[in-house]
Amino acid sequence: MQFTSFSFLLFAAVLLTVYYIIPGKWQWPLLLIASCFFYISAGTEYLVFIALTTLSTYATTILMDNRLKQRDVYMAAHKAEMSREEKKAYKAKIKSGNKVWMVACLVLNFGILALCKACLIDPVRTAVSGGTLSFLTVGLPLGISFYMFQSMGYVVDVYRETAKTERNPFKLALFVSFFPQLIQGPISKFNQLTPTLYAPHKFDGKAVSFGLQRMLWGYFKKLVVADRIAVAIGSLKGEEYTGIAFLVLTVFYAIQIYGDFTGGIDVTIGLAEAMGIKLPENFIRPYFSKNIAEYWRRWHISLGVWMKDCIFYPISVSEPMRKLSKASRAKFPNFGKRVPVYVASVATWFCTGIWHGFSANFIVWGMLNCFVIVVSEELMPVYAKFHDRFHLKEKKWYGGFEILRMFMLMNLIRACDLFPNVGDYFRRLGSIVTTFNFHILWDGTLMNIGLTALDYAIIFGGCLTWFVMDLLQEKGPIRERLYAKPAALRYSLIFILLVVVLLMGSYGIGYDASNFIYNQF
Amino acid sequence: MEALLNILSELHPEVDFETCTTLIDDKILDSFDIVTLVAEIDAEYDVAIPAEELVPENFNSAQALYALIEKLLDE
Repeated sequence: MQFTSFSFLLFAAVLLTVYYIIPGKWQWPLLLIASCFFYISAGTEYLVFIALTTLSTYATTILMDNRLKQRDVYMAAHKAEMSREEKKAYKAKIKSGNKVWMVACLVLNFGILALCKACLIDPVRTAVSGGTLSFLTVGLPLGISFYMFQSMGYVVDVYRETAKTERNPFKLALFVSFFPQLIQGPISKFNQLTPTLYAPHKFDGKAVSFGLQRMLWGYFKKLVVADRIAVAIGSLKGEEYTGIAFLVLTVFYAIQIYGDFTGGIDVTIGLAEAMGIKLPENFIRPYFSKNIAEYWRRWHISLGVWMKDCIFYPISVSEPMRKLSKASRAKFPNFGKRVPVYVASVATWFCTGIWHGFSANFIVWGMLNCFVIVVSEELMPVYAKFHDRFHLKEKKWYGGFEILRMFMLMNLIRACDLFPNVGDYFRRLGSIVTTFNFHILWDGTLMNIGLTALDYAIIFGGCLTWFVMDLLQEKGPIRERLYAKPAALRYSLIFILLVVVLLMGSYGIGYDASNFIYNQF
Repeated sequence: MEALLNILSELHPEVDFETCTTLIDDKILDSFDIVTLVAEIDAEYDVAIPAEELVPENFNSAQALYALIEKLLDE
């Protein structure tokens, strides 16, 4: 059931109505039933995957929690007779036992995820299943990269004792499968999501209205802008489009992926908000970033937080890294102390790359990001001197230049997504400095890539509206300011947006809009 | 505490670490700074800060960080 389908809108409308009619204590079970229905509607063959993740997550966390409770009871009972060393040793014993369970659960689940992703590659699929296991040959199970990371993040948090253990298996099943975020996240933390997910909610007109407004805004970005520009991206990937045409492709793709991903997230967060459930923000207007580190703090935030908490930090403070750091500091004092940062960065970006897919271009994409981040970090003192020398930070135009520079740089790196053959990507990248075909901007080439003058006008108008909205949002929440305005003005604006989505949205045959890009990950 | 303040000042000389209590919330320290800090603290105090302690509450101020070091040394 696509977010952009009529069946989904009907499903959401029925759910919202029933949600606020039934008693509050039945709301979370209703959401679990709705999530199961949503998942089954995508295909029953994948139920086994999400069931396995839910069961293994539940069993592991309960096991670890029981051991932690036993530890507390034992230590309280033997507090007086245990020496400090004995207490320390006992705690370490429990912790290392829990670590075994945690690692087993992570290996099982990430093993399944890796198998599913590998089976998207033809020779691997044939080798694994011989073409007979249908559930491995149809495609990636719905939302597996998202619910798997969310569940495993919870397992790690229980191990670290930073999340309360959920002992009700049905409540845990809802945390794993909560349908609005199944498709493309955000990857929520247990402590963030569950207080509002399990709580009863009374009908709140403002929250429902805000949620629906956000959904509508998401549909605007997805249907009016992202889906309309998609056809041009397909064309511009053709071999004949090099040099300036490649630069145009990178800008078009920046618009498409931002509209597609944030549009989907707006629908997700908006629908949850309408039900009184608070999901974490996944984007904070990333194209306004001035450097790559800031960009990654504002783009796909929930995946970045997961990678930082579960890969970057554990690797950088691990015992082998401690030893490596000490050894390298002895030889190179300045460089040595940064060694853990570099090693952990490479590992984190490698994992981020393969999270997107088992394909060379995603690994290269990850390594390019890592390279730029590390080089930027190392050159920071040089930049600081340069800025001071020319008083650049005091000049307003320089901020705009930094934003534009970041936008172009990220566009070039991101385009790697589009070319499974890495050689193709680097050839296009190189063509920027060898092919000066500026004439394609006015000789009619851009009118032959699937977009008409009307399409360009709608995309331009859509992007301009979106840019202004993002600028306004930077200054404070738009919906709150709109709420303070007279109702007639408020509803007129919402009505205009609705009409724009209905009239200018890009709908394919049977009004079935394009799939969300992040569905494939 | 003196040694910790020196380590922090070396990372960000422009920040007043004696008074600032929003080092993470205001994005003064990023994840690279935190890992570099952990290595510096390890070298100075010979204490390993585990991954589960790398949370904003422990790094928002020099005082909180010092309290963490003392807690880990005490364990």
